[in-house]
Amino acid sequence: MMRRLFAVWHARNLEFLRDRGTLVFTLLLPLSIIVGMGFIFGGPPRPLFKVGVLDGASAREADPFLHTRYVQFLPERSTAQGLHALRRERIDLLLAPGAPSRYWVNTDSPKGYIAERLLLAADPHAQRLPVRGRSVRYLDWLFPGILGMNLMFSCLFGVGYVVLRYRQSGFLKRLNATPLTAFEFLSAQVLSRLTIIVLITTLLYVAVGAMIHFHNAGNVALLLLITVLGALSMIALGLTVAARFASEELVNGLLNLLTWPMMLLSGVWFSLAGSPRWVRWVADALPLTQMLHAAREVMLYGAGIGTVAPSLIYLGGVTLVFLGLGAWSFKWRT
Amino acid sequence: MSAPILEVRNLTKQYPGVTAVDGISFRVQPGICFGLLGPNGAGKTTTIEIMEGILAPTAGEVRYRGEPLSERFREEAGILFQATALQNFLTVRQSLAMFRGLYARGRDIDELLKLCSLEALAERDNRKLSGGQLQRLLLAIALVNDPAVLFLDEPTTGLDPQARRNFWALVRSIKASRKTIILTTHYMEEAEILCDEIAIVDRGRIIAQGAPGALLREHFAAVLLELPKADFPPAARALPLQLIDAQDRIEITTDDLDATLRALISAEVPLKNLRIRPANLEDLFLELTGRELRA
Repeated sequence: MMRRLFAVWHARNLEFLRDRGTLVFTLLLPLSIIVGMGFIFGGPPRPLFKVGVLDGASAREADPFLHTRYVQFLPERSTAQGLHALRRERIDLLLAPGAPSRYWVNTDSPKGYIAERLLLAADPHAQRLPVRGRSVRYLDWLFPGILGMNLMFSCLFGVGYVVLRYRQSGFLKRLNATPLTAFEFLSAQVLSRLTIIVLITTLLYVAVGAMIHFHNAGNVALLLLITVLGALSMIALGLTVAARFASEELVNGLLNLLTWPMMLLSGVWFSLAGSPRWVRWVADALPLTQMLHAAREVMLYGAGIGTVAPSLIYLGGVTLVFLGLGAWSFKWRT
Repeated sequence: MSAPILEVRNLTKQYPGVTAVDGISFRVQPGICFGLLGPNGAGKTTTIEIMEGILAPTAGEVRYRGEPLSERFREEAGILFQATALQNFLTVRQSLAMFRGLYARGRDIDELLKLCSLEALAERDNRKLSGGQLQRLLLAIALVNDPAVLFLDEPTTGLDPQARRNFWALVRSIKASRKTIILTTHYMEEAEILCDEIAIVDRGRIIAQGAPGALLREHFAAVLLELPKADFPPAARALPLQLIDAQDRIEITTDDLDATLRALISAEVPLKNLRIRPANLEDLFLELTGRELRA
């Protein structure tokens, strides 16, 4: 038994080690995740709360609350800007230092409640001012993130793996012998996945939305447009990855290399406000970030097309660039 | 002679360190079954894939109805590869319908199901077909556009003898409808039964070409005698006979059977296991190359 086991073990090891692309990605993927996570979450202990401070620089020395450890103080240029950040839960509390200090807090937010307790412990005379507008529950904030993440996985792996399987089995070679063009084949893949994912996302939106009593503040047609453009950009990425490779493990590695950063950096689970500038630059370049930003603006704050237009244009651009790249590098055969 | 439907001119295909096809030229007349016969690795599949337009040659060209391969060729050609997987979870009928949708014109699906004896399997999942059934479905797919020229690349490799004979019957019925068929095979029996003309390919070159019967008549005067090597004493090799050393036997070709038998008896060769039979394409390959076809 051991001899047979060894024979298969040895042959499989050789197969794996000689597939250079896969080997490199097997090493590169965890390394890049560890390095990335180290940059994002490493360094000194992360602050537990984020407080926006109006005229923060001049008041820093005077107010004892501004010396509280594990609270990150973020300068806000104006009250309007600070309240905007507070309503979107990018900060837990907005403070205008002075005598007396004034503050705004979202009373429905658990972190806002604790931040307020900390402020009042340091400055019992601080005055609370009301925040107008509907407060956003974390569940409501998370809802678009979960839908977006599901869409990302379905589009990238759904398209990438299917094209790879078709190529490995020789089905693509058979199609190549018909009048079908690469453009027609790729377009059919895009449209098929788009139809399926839009239907699934709509179903999840209706069913889960009803379960968690989610109220959409914006235009449903605009939300559909964001979903379609977001899905198209992910499908285009998936097609580019699967356009010419024939190794299942290599394609798996590449798809993981795309999905992991998006899952961590696109604001699926938490806001990246207060992250280092370069992290936000990287995050903003990811299509999922743009899609979630636009979706949250519409779903949570009722934004119109003017507000989300930059994100829509970006998603359209990503789609065109990667579809072009995928079609250009596409190979029918292994 | 009418204008050829397909013409192959000085076809060469080189891979790093290997010349798979080495300057092959031939013409295929419309309505015939043309066979490329040769051992594995002879360059048959490379040649047929260049003819199908899915592999680019290093040099040379293929012309269809006098013109380079074009969109018209793709519309009018039907292809059966050596191995093709189909989409999962689709039935036989759905797979045919998908391929039918890729062509401007073609045959009715029910008609194809009947032609390829797939009526009872129409609603069966592709993945649940036997080897012979799958090959019949792939043939039906190759016929879905009612092609003028049909390419069959080793269509019966891996099939059991019964499935192979059923497939031959199917190909003969297609041939009866005056379609041009290009067939590659390493089964000489298949080439003899199906082909009107053959090109024997070895190491990327054509070593003989013509109708199977004419080729045999040209190379073999009369009959062929076979003796096991163990029964053939070394001294008998000195006899003035036309001998071919095959893997496990000695083959003797002769047009004077009586004289040959007398010579063997005088050399005390035991004739208990002697076989006398007419020559076939396998013998022809052995005669031309000194090697066996299936080696």
